[in-house]
Amino acid sequence: MSVVTLTIDDELVSAQEGDTLLAVLRERGIDIPTLCHLDGLSERGGCRLCMVEMVGAGRLQAACATQVQEGMVVRTHSERLIKYRKMILELLFAERNHVCAVCVMNGNCELQWEAAKIGMDHVRYEYLNPDLSMDVSHERYGLDHNRCILCMRCVRVCDEIEGAHVWDAMGRGVNSRVIIDLNQPWGTSQSCTSCGKCVQVCPTGALFNKGATVAEMEKQHNFLRWILDGRERNVWSYSNGK
Amino acid sequence: MNKIKFATAWLGGCSGCHMSFLDLDEKLIDLADKIELVYSPIADVKEFPEGVDVTLVEGAVANLDNLKLAQEIRARSRLVVSFGDCAVTGNVPSLRNKLGIDDLLTAVYHEGPGRHPTGGDEVMPKLLPKVLPLHQVVKVDAFLPGCPPDADRIWAAVSALLAGEPVVLEPEMRTFG
Repeated sequence: MSVVTLTIDDELVSAQEGDTLLAVLRERGIDIPTLCHLDGLSERGGCRLCMVEMVGAGRLQAACATQVQEGMVVRTHSERLIKYRKMILELLFAERNHVCAVCVMNGNCELQWEAAKIGMDHVRYEYLNPDLSMDVSHERYGLDHNRCILCMRCVRVCDEIEGAHVWDAMGRGVNSRVIIDLNQPWGTSQSCTSCGKCVQVCPTGALFNKGATVAEMEKQHNFLRWILDGRERNVWSYSNGK
Repeated sequence: MNKIKFATAWLGGCSGCHMSFLDLDEKLIDLADKIELVYSPIADVKEFPEGVDVTLVEGAVANLDNLKLAQEIRARSRLVVSFGDCAVTGNVPSLRNKLGIDDLLTAVYHEGPGRHPTGGDEVMPKLLPKVLPLHQVVKVDAFLPGCPPDADRIWAAVSALLAGEPVVLEPEMRTFG
C-alpha cells in the first residue's frame, strides 16, 4: 500500500492509501463527533456529524465515507462546521422524543454526550413531539422509536456481523423507521437469533434490555473487536483482558 | 454595595430544581450575603417585583398562568435563566404534547374517578395546546440543563451570573437528563 500526504488543519500528515479520513483523524487524536460510525461496521455516512471542509470540493464531505487522497487539504473544526454539527444535533433532538431524564440510557447515551460536548445547551427548533410506538414483544429486548436516530448500526451489525439481517429501514424523511423482518413485532421474528448485538451497538436508548429502567442501560462495543480480530486476524485471546 | 436582586420561579415542573438549589447547602450562606431574594417559591412574595437582576426559571410553559408569569419575569428581569431540563427542553411535562388537550383531560379527569375540574376557570388555569420550553415563549439569556441540575452546576452558573460573566459550563455540566 502506498503512502499519501495530505494537510489536516494546517499540518502535513501521511496516511495509508485506502484509509478513510475519519480513521486518520482519529489516529491523530483529532476529536470529531460521530454517531452512525462504529469501528467494525461498514460506513454509512448518514449522521453527517463528521463532515469536514475540503479545499477544492464545493461541498462538505463526511470524513467516515471519504478516502484520503494525495494533496487533500482538510479543515475539521471551522466555525461553519461547528455551527452545522450543532444544528444536526438540535434537529435530532427536535425530531423525536429524546427525554433524557426518563431514558434507560441517561448518562451513557452517545447522543446526549455529543450534544453536551459541542455546547448544545438548548434546541432552537420546534419540537415535533411525534406519537411513536414501542415494541416490547421480544422476550429480552425492547425497541423505542422515540429514541431512535436512524443511525442504522442495528441494521448493519445484524447483517454484517451476526449474518441474520433481521433489521431494515422503511419510509422516508421523518417517517423513516427501523423495522424487524417485514415490519412485524420483534417477538414474532423467525430470523432474529436473540443475540443482542443490535442492542449493544445502539448509541441511544432506542434498543434496550427489558427490565432496565432510567439510566440503567450501558452498552458494550468490545464484542465487535473480538469477533473481527478472530475472523480477520486469527487473534483469539487477549492478555490482561485487553 | 447594593445587593443583587435575585429571583427564582416555578412554572410547569416538579420543584426538583429548587430542591437541588437548596442542596447548595453552606454556599447558600455566601449567596445570602450577595443577593436579595425578591421572589421565589421558597419566599412568600405574591407579585413578581420590578427591577430584578437575575431570575432562575424552573419548569416548562404548560398553561396560561405559566405563560403570564414567564412574560412578567421577562419584562421585569435583566437576566432570565432557563433552570433545569423542563425550562430548557420541555422535558417530562412535554410528554403530553403528542396528545390533544381534550383527549388528555378526558383520559386523566373525565374518565378518571371523582369530580373533574372544568378548566379555564379561575381555579384551574387553561392548558396550552403544547408544553413549550421557556425560550420558545420569551428571550432567555442562559441555559442550565439537568434533571435536576446538581448543586455544582447551579453554583457554576450562579457564581458566573453574580460576577457578571457569561454562563459557560463544562461539557460534563451541560448534559440533559
